[in-house]
Amino acid sequence: MYRIIVLLLVVTLFHVSQGFAATELLNVSYDPTRELYQEYNKAFTRYWKQKSGQDVTVKQSHGGSGKQARAVIDGLDADVVTLALAYDVDEIHNKAKLIPKEWQKRLPKNSSPYSSTIVFLVRKGNPKQIRDWNDLVRPGVSVITPNPKTSGGARWNYLAAWAYALKQKGGSEASAREFVGKLFRNVPVLDSGARGSTTTFVQRGQGDVLIAWENEAFLAVNELGRDRFEIVVPSLSILAEPPVTLVDKVVDRKGTRVVAQEYLKYLYSQEGQEIAARNYYRPSDRKVAGKYAKLFPKLKLVTVDQTFGGWTRAQKTHFADGGTFDQIYRPGR
Amino acid sequence: MRSNDMNRSRYPGAFSVQKAGALAEPLAVRLLLVGCTLFFLSLFLLMPLGALFSEALSKGWQEYRAALIEPDALSAMRLTLVTAVFCVPFNLFFGIVASWCTAKFTFPGKSLLVTLIDLPFSVSPVVSGLVYVLVFGLQGWLGPWLQAHDIKIIFAVPGIVLATVFVTFPFVARELIPLMEAQGREEEEAALTLGAGGLQTFFRVTLPNVKWGLLYGVILCNARAMGEFGAVSVVSGHVRGATNTVPLQVEILYNEYNFVAAFAVASLLALLALVSLALKTFTEWKLRQFQKGGA
Repeated sequence: MYRIIVLLLVVTLFHVSQGFAATELLNVSYDPTRELYQEYNKAFTRYWKQKSGQDVTVKQSHGGSGKQARAVIDGLDADVVTLALAYDVDEIHNKAKLIPKEWQKRLPKNSSPYSSTIVFLVRKGNPKQIRDWNDLVRPGVSVITPNPKTSGGARWNYLAAWAYALKQKGGSEASAREFVGKLFRNVPVLDSGARGSTTTFVQRGQGDVLIAWENEAFLAVNELGRDRFEIVVPSLSILAEPPVTLVDKVVDRKGTRVVAQEYLKYLYSQEGQEIAARNYYRPSDRKVAGKYAKLFPKLKLVTVDQTFGGWTRAQKTHFADGGTFDQIYRPGR
Repeated sequence: MRSNDMNRSRYPGAFSVQKAGALAEPLAVRLLLVGCTLFFLSLFLLMPLGALFSEALSKGWQEYRAALIEPDALSAMRLTLVTAVFCVPFNLFFGIVASWCTAKFTFPGKSLLVTLIDLPFSVSPVVSGLVYVLVFGLQGWLGPWLQAHDIKIIFAVPGIVLATVFVTFPFVARELIPLMEAQGREEEEAALTLGAGGLQTFFRVTLPNVKWGLLYGVILCNARAMGEFGAVSVVSGHVRGATNTVPLQVEILYNEYNFVAAFAVASLLALLALVSLALKTFTEWKLRQFQKGGA
């Protein structure tokens, strides 16, 4: 009996350790990119085999963007990170020095091979007549959005609402603050990640409108029924640039720098861009963007750099402890 | 039974009065009470269980089977089994040692030790996970040293096992301590005076006396080890096909709108719960019999 148990232990250990033996990349990403990278990983494995003759498997880890950055800081061996916003990647430099300070200059387009924006998802027929941001602060409209403290997507949502209020006639910091405060009083529940909020809205049927990533909204409509939801594009939104970078200390230790670099570069290729577009991310490549222009409605987009003076400042003013979000949002009111 | 007999002989009539009183509630009240119990039972236990299986099988057996043999699901099952295989024997050993020394001996700091054993019960699983991140994480105490020596604890299998061991720490010990205390030391002392050695006494006297309680503790420990979510979620890193246990895999599938697969994998956990429940009831029954026979 004892021998059998020991044998079992050895066999299982062997199996587990074997799982780590082949050339392998770990891509630590945020919530809504699951489907994108499932498709992209397959394409890249094929491409790399053709180009170098080597087999590579890409493993995925998904979660709230801030949480994922934290895991990398704490030692999750990510070869590349593909997160929701530059601030979370900055944290990997600030807290753990795993990447250089100038990481964002290493790849084109601020290291964002694709972009996205923030739109609304409403129930079929739009029963509450939601057309733009100012409809979200009407009394009796229930708004679903995740928690900006933990979710990258939620921070984009928050800043998009803030920018809208700011750009109205007579808009000021004070009026924006009041506007966003009013909006968050209409939020009954804050999930910790974007995908959690989508599930709350779509599966549990809570709320009249979901503020969501454009790709997440498309996915919800296509996966779960065109007859149940529709997308509303507001008059103004924010240009969301989810950045990618390789984690230098990890790839150098694992000896995977070359393949990791190629993994990110290939995101900018024709095929990579097409995959992004098919998964409802706005491609950065002009030609591919033109091909999929019908899919993505044109709207006025502001950027974090212009409107909020960059992510570090936006983070400090709005989302740090005691920042405007903490002042605005008091649960249960 | 025995105490009832005694009561009856000492106070003739007491038993029958009690019996009549207990059953004298009007029929309506009785029905109401039984109805309430059944209602809540079905509302909170049977209905979710039914929903789970009906959702899992909503697209037929083919899909159900496909969800279970999918590579990531299989890897999650393997990891969960590995975790239990390491965790249960460890806590079995630790539980026996801890309960043996606290129940059979007195020493200073004993009550502190017993309190410490209970600690994982009172700590939120998230905290249990985070302490390991703080100790073994790259920014933690041992993290840099571990990385320099290429040892992976956190975001790998060892971290998951450690967190699970912590969470399931008290199950065996908690089960054995009261049992061993109730049995006292007389039998061991008798064995020693008859010339048995320490180990012999332990294996021939102490262990047989607590075997059913021990099994009961092991079943609970195993059920929790396989079902733990919170602590494991913190230390896992959520790498698909590598560091996801079955409960984590369920969450992932659910978040991917893959409801059939999510519920199919969840149904495994539900089946595990049902099997544990059956085993638990059986050992409980054995335990009662054993105690009655021994008393």
